Amino acid sequence: MKLELRGITKRFPGVVANRDVDLIVQAGEIHALLGENGAGKSTLMNVLYGLYRPDDGEILIDDRVVAFDGPGDAIDAGIGMVHQHFMLVPVFTVTENVMLGVETTRGPLGQLDRRAARERIVEISERHGLHIDPDATVEDLPVGVRQRVEIIKTLYRQSNVLILDEPSAVLTPQETEDLFAVMRSLVATGTSIVFITHKLNEVLEVADRITVLRRGTVAGTTTPAEANREELAAMMVGRDVQLVVDRTPAQPGEPILEVRDLVVRDERGHNAVNHLDLTVRAGEILAIAGVQGNGQSELVEAITGLREPDAGDVLLAGQPLADTPRDVFEAGVAHVPEDRMEDGLIADFTVADNLVLNSYWQPPFASGLRLHGEAIVSNAETLVGEYDIRTPSIFNPVGNLSGGNQQKVIAAREFSRPIKLIVAAQPTRGLDVGSIEYIHRRIVAKRDEGAAVLIVSSELDEVVALGDRIAVMYRGRIVDTLSPEEATPERLGLLMGGAHPEDGEPVDLVGTAPAAGSEPSDG
Amino acid sequence: MADESRHQELETTEAPASAEPAASPPVPEAAEASGNRVLSALRGILLPALALLAAFAVGAIIIIVTDFDLLGQWGSDPIGAIGASWSSVMRTYGALLRGSIGDPGALFSALFSADWEALRRAFGPLSETIVSATPLILTGLSVALAFRVGLFNIGAEGQLYLGSLFAVIAGFTFVGMPWFIHLPIAVAAGFLGGAVWGFIPGLLKARTGAHEVIVTIMLNFVSYNLINWALKTEFVQREGRPDPISKIVEPSAVIPPLIDGLRAHWGIVIALLAAVGVWWLLFRSTKGFEFRAVGFNPRAARYAGMSISWATVLSMVTAGGLAGLAGAAVILGGSGTLSPGFSPGYGFDGIVVALVGATRPLGVVAAAFLFGALRAGATPMQAATGTPIDIVVVIQALVIMFIAAPALVRAIFRIRAERRMGSEVFAKGWGS
Amino acid sequence: MTAAPAAPVMTRAERRLRTRQRILGVVYLLLAVGMVLAFGVSVGGDASSSFGLTAPTAPIALPNLVVPSATTAYLLAAVVAFAGAVQLTRGFGTRWAVVLGLVAFAFVFAFLTWVAAGQSMNLTGLLETTVQRSVPIAFGALSGVLCERAGVVNIAIEGMLLSGAFVSAVVASAFDNPWLGMLAAILVGGLLAALLAVLAIRYRVDQIIAGFFINILVAGLTAFLSVRLLQPYQNELNTPERLGPIAIPFLSDIPVLGPVLFRHNIFVYLLFGLIIVIHLGLFYTRWGLRVRAVGEHPKAADTVGVNVYWVRYSNVIMGGMVAGLGGAFFTIGSTGGFEREMTAGRGYIGLAAMIFGGWNPIGGFLAALVFGFADAIQSRLSILSIAIPSEFLLMVPYVVTIIVVAGLVGRARAPAADGKPYVKE
Repeated sequence: MKLELRGITKRFPGVVANRDVDLIVQAGEIHALLGENGAGKSTLMNVLYGLYRPDDGEILIDDRVVAFDGPGDAIDAGIGMVHQHFMLVPVFTVTENVMLGVETTRGPLGQLDRRAARERIVEISERHGLHIDPDATVEDLPVGVRQRVEIIKTLYRQSNVLILDEPSAVLTPQETEDLFAVMRSLVATGTSIVFITHKLNEVLEVADRITVLRRGTVAGTTTPAEANREELAAMMVGRDVQLVVDRTPAQPGEPILEVRDLVVRDERGHNAVNHLDLTVRAGEILAIAGVQGNGQSELVEAITGLREPDAGDVLLAGQPLADTPRDVFEAGVAHVPEDRMEDGLIADFTVADNLVLNSYWQPPFASGLRLHGEAIVSNAETLVGEYDIRTPSIFNPVGNLSGGNQQKVIAAREFSRPIKLIVAAQPTRGLDVGSIEYIHRRIVAKRDEGAAVLIVSSELDEVVALGDRIAVMYRGRIVDTLSPEEATPERLGLLMGGAHPEDGEPVDLVGTAPAAGSEPSDG
Repeated sequence: MADESRHQELETTEAPASAEPAASPPVPEAAEASGNRVLSALRGILLPALALLAAFAVGAIIIIVTDFDLLGQWGSDPIGAIGASWSSVMRTYGALLRGSIGDPGALFSALFSADWEALRRAFGPLSETIVSATPLILTGLSVALAFRVGLFNIGAEGQLYLGSLFAVIAGFTFVGMPWFIHLPIAVAAGFLGGAVWGFIPGLLKARTGAHEVIVTIMLNFVSYNLINWALKTEFVQREGRPDPISKIVEPSAVIPPLIDGLRAHWGIVIALLAAVGVWWLLFRSTKGFEFRAVGFNPRAARYAGMSISWATVLSMVTAGGLAGLAGAAVILGGSGTLSPGFSPGYGFDGIVVALVGATRPLGVVAAAFLFGALRAGATPMQAATGTPIDIVVVIQALVIMFIAAPALVRAIFRIRAERRMGSEVFAKGWGS
Repeated sequence: MTAAPAAPVMTRAERRLRTRQRILGVVYLLLAVGMVLAFGVSVGGDASSSFGLTAPTAPIALPNLVVPSATTAYLLAAVVAFAGAVQLTRGFGTRWAVVLGLVAFAFVFAFLTWVAAGQSMNLTGLLETTVQRSVPIAFGALSGVLCERAGVVNIAIEGMLLSGAFVSAVVASAFDNPWLGMLAAILVGGLLAALLAVLAIRYRVDQIIAGFFINILVAGLTAFLSVRLLQPYQNELNTPERLGPIAIPFLSDIPVLGPVLFRHNIFVYLLFGLIIVIHLGLFYTRWGLRVRAVGEHPKAADTVGVNVYWVRYSNVIMGGMVAGLGGAFFTIGSTGGFEREMTAGRGYIGLAAMIFGGWNPIGGFLAALVFGFADAIQSRLSILSIAIPSEFLLMVPYVVTIIVVAGLVGRARAPAADGKPYVKE
């Protein structure tokens, strides 16, 4: 089945997620859709799967225009999707999950014919080497197997086009290899696959054709034979580093933050941070680059006391950092959380209250139980001026402010006290250029005052513009640390995609992990 | 999963969020802002007022359609039936009003007659309203406080019972104390009793994630049985009585009437002070800052170093204590003795009061007087017109529906939705 | 943030599970000690307990079951102590629930021998009352299962029961036909459920507030109407014909089981039928698979073309109809006339039974039996002149529910999306 997208444009309030995107997927090919986070890949696929309606453009199947009102239509048209966040009912068995919606029944009352479904699942799974126990309960299965269940779900519905949204993001290298084998087996039987990813090695290894998306538009289409990693990386991130931050070279001082052999598990019990070491010195900015989901969030949570590490040490100026967010605050750590509205601010609170969200309990804002309204107000008035927070009044709910001003509220709150360390995750995500520059200037100013700064960002521009040293995080570890001069987009893109620049081979972290207490990162 | 915890945040009605004066005095020069505040305060009143209006209208329909004589008339004389229906509803609601506030004429003439007896009779209805409003303020505050922290305290009724038990025991156990020592002890005992009953769901929620709604519902039933049992023990039961009724509290533990001869007692002052206290706690104290932060956005509260568990336990203990105070006020200011079923559902009415009062202490006080008046007026209304007092419960139920579904009220009155559509979603799952 | 021990790491859930097992073991041991002291030592050494199994008039008469009171208590305590010791040391793994049931049975039987020490007790009668008392609770639980399996929390069971009781009495009286009364009860239950569904699904009102609203609305309306209509027209509107017991041929003659299970009115048989049908439906049909998917992960169900809203609406309405039917039991299935607040919290116990029964029709029924048993014992205490306050037995359902919800014993797992409105993108 041939699939074609023609001139797809999809707008959201304030952003154009896809602009005039063309994509042709021939029958029986693996077509990779390559792009950074936020390049518009998922939006495009949701349009294709009937979850979003395009504002412009059309979808053609075998050269005939089709229109999808919902996923049901897409499924009927033979399109199957494996979502990045699996759509599986955890307490159901594999068979139940697969048959849901297209149940085989016998009898007038719709009795489930589990045996027939089971046989078909076994048959499909054997045909493509998927190795699935149809009677296992999904919540007991490892992530890699769950993904195979999702694939079986689409095959069970006889999909001709399979969309895989970042399928390898959650897989171990071995599982990824298995997935590729399955994909090759599928295209051999005539199925087309759209493979969404940002990992260069994988694209070159498995794709027949590659389309690169950048900022919602098609940056180019090529094949693995014609392209190499460097070209793809350049196409993906763009050559031009837009942001330039005025700053002098760093004057690194004493080590402030030392992370030693840190292991942090995520909700599933996997080592999201896997024996990681890093040091940030006073007066320098260490920027951590990396694709989201490689353990950055867990690292930040462990440092800021929000998540208990399973092993290792976090030292602040040589002292173990205590383990509640309040202790960390008192030790002089500023935290700019990844998700402004969910974690950093209380939307219904006023600007004034949000400016004391973590210091409301200490003088001058309170004595004992009593809050000092005047102190909170004057603090707010000072900071609103100092940080140029545009708000009609300090009594306005912070939820009504623009994203940039919200982030300024957080910056004002976190930076306006004596601090030793700043931990900032995605500090400028979703902000306009003016606000980005402003936040960057503030961070550099704090560095110049002697604070150690740890930035986590998936924006390469930001990492390069801010970092005095740039570390790349991949699968829970720092794979390399570069100076800004070394950190070309190509090189960063390669490292973030899991390729080591010297040998060009994927970094095998499982093999090189230290022996002590080691276990596979996704074990 | 993060997506779900997001929805844990509690939004009862959208108004209090933005209309709340922050922990700060108004700034005079911010004229624009204060203008907005008046507007949003008005908007905060508009919705409850419309909800009330709608509820009374539906109540009127119920009164009309359940009147068999009227129904007969619809067939023979529709025009007359409309008039008769109108006058029937007016009679009923008029009697309700007279029973709760009094007859304006009588009030007026009594004021000028300077006749003590006439005055007392004229102010009788108002006094009854105050008597009913007293526990409603306290249970309303209890529910409202828990709401602010994102908890739904359905257990105010049980907490009230426990408070009344503790208060009555303290009231009859200590003999020969001066009132200024004994009364505070008895009132404090009431607070303590309720606090214990609030502590259980708070602790279970914080430690095990047990849903406070289920736990408090169950604790309500446990409390009824506990009271029934206690009232039959030798220690509590009144000598020589076969039925479950407690000993009578010592005179030194009785809350005195505001005016001799009227039933309204100083408990209303305790309730109003409690309202001020809750307002202070919520909007002027560090704990209240934490409570509201946890209620609005538990994740951000945790990021800011607050303890969600602590806020949960502490707020439930305080909420329980407030409901316990209500029990103490009813017993110590009323009959001075405890018997099963002494509460006509003050704890449940507290939920209505808290919702109508938009979980603001001042709003709670106003709503409590409103529903206190309904309760007080219901009995005379039934005597005068034969309309059963339970119409009041029906009206309360309808008020809840209209308050809880602002979209419904907007649809009825064709008001354009505010900026934050869908904010009335406040979803809580069972379990953890 | 000092160095945490790297090996052997148990996940937090595993640790919690282990702790819970230990707690359970200690509880068992304490229970055994309590049984020895309360039911064994307190009874004289030579007293015996006699349990009547059949009525003297029964077609097949069985002799009374006579056991030595103290010895039985000691034996059962030993069983419980053994279970406690095993639970404490190595745990029973997945069979903990069976063991818990066994322990509960041992405790209850020891309790009964103590109650019956030195006298005779009609065991069959007790069990018959147990079934009677558990009927409305089981209907309530079943209603809750239907709603919550589809992801809508229903605390309005109480109101639905009460409305069913009221409407069935009125309609059965007015039309002189109890079957019409039953039908009306089902309809009114469904109607209230439709209201709940609209509020919860369409207007996305908090489901607990919506349910609470229905409860007080029904309490107020039925009380209002019973004063306004039932009192003046008592004969015309509130003297329904009752549906009498139907003895099932042969089955009802089986000793013990016959009277306990097969000599009831139509409600009990309908209940049995519904439990089986809903259980099979939920776990063995396409309908059930989709319902459970919607209750667990509505988005997943949506992406495979299941109409989430339709499933939720239909299930809530069915749940309301079941609760309405259960409500009719109070009047036309039992006492006849309607009295205000006559359900007396049975709907909430039904909710508790649903939770205790693990959101499962059969589990809910078994839990309802446990609660009905507590109720039945309690109603006989005065006859047996036993020194336990009846109030404590009445508390049992509520306390058990709190323990279950808190996860102190077992794990009650609600459908994952229970109570959460679904918003389509």
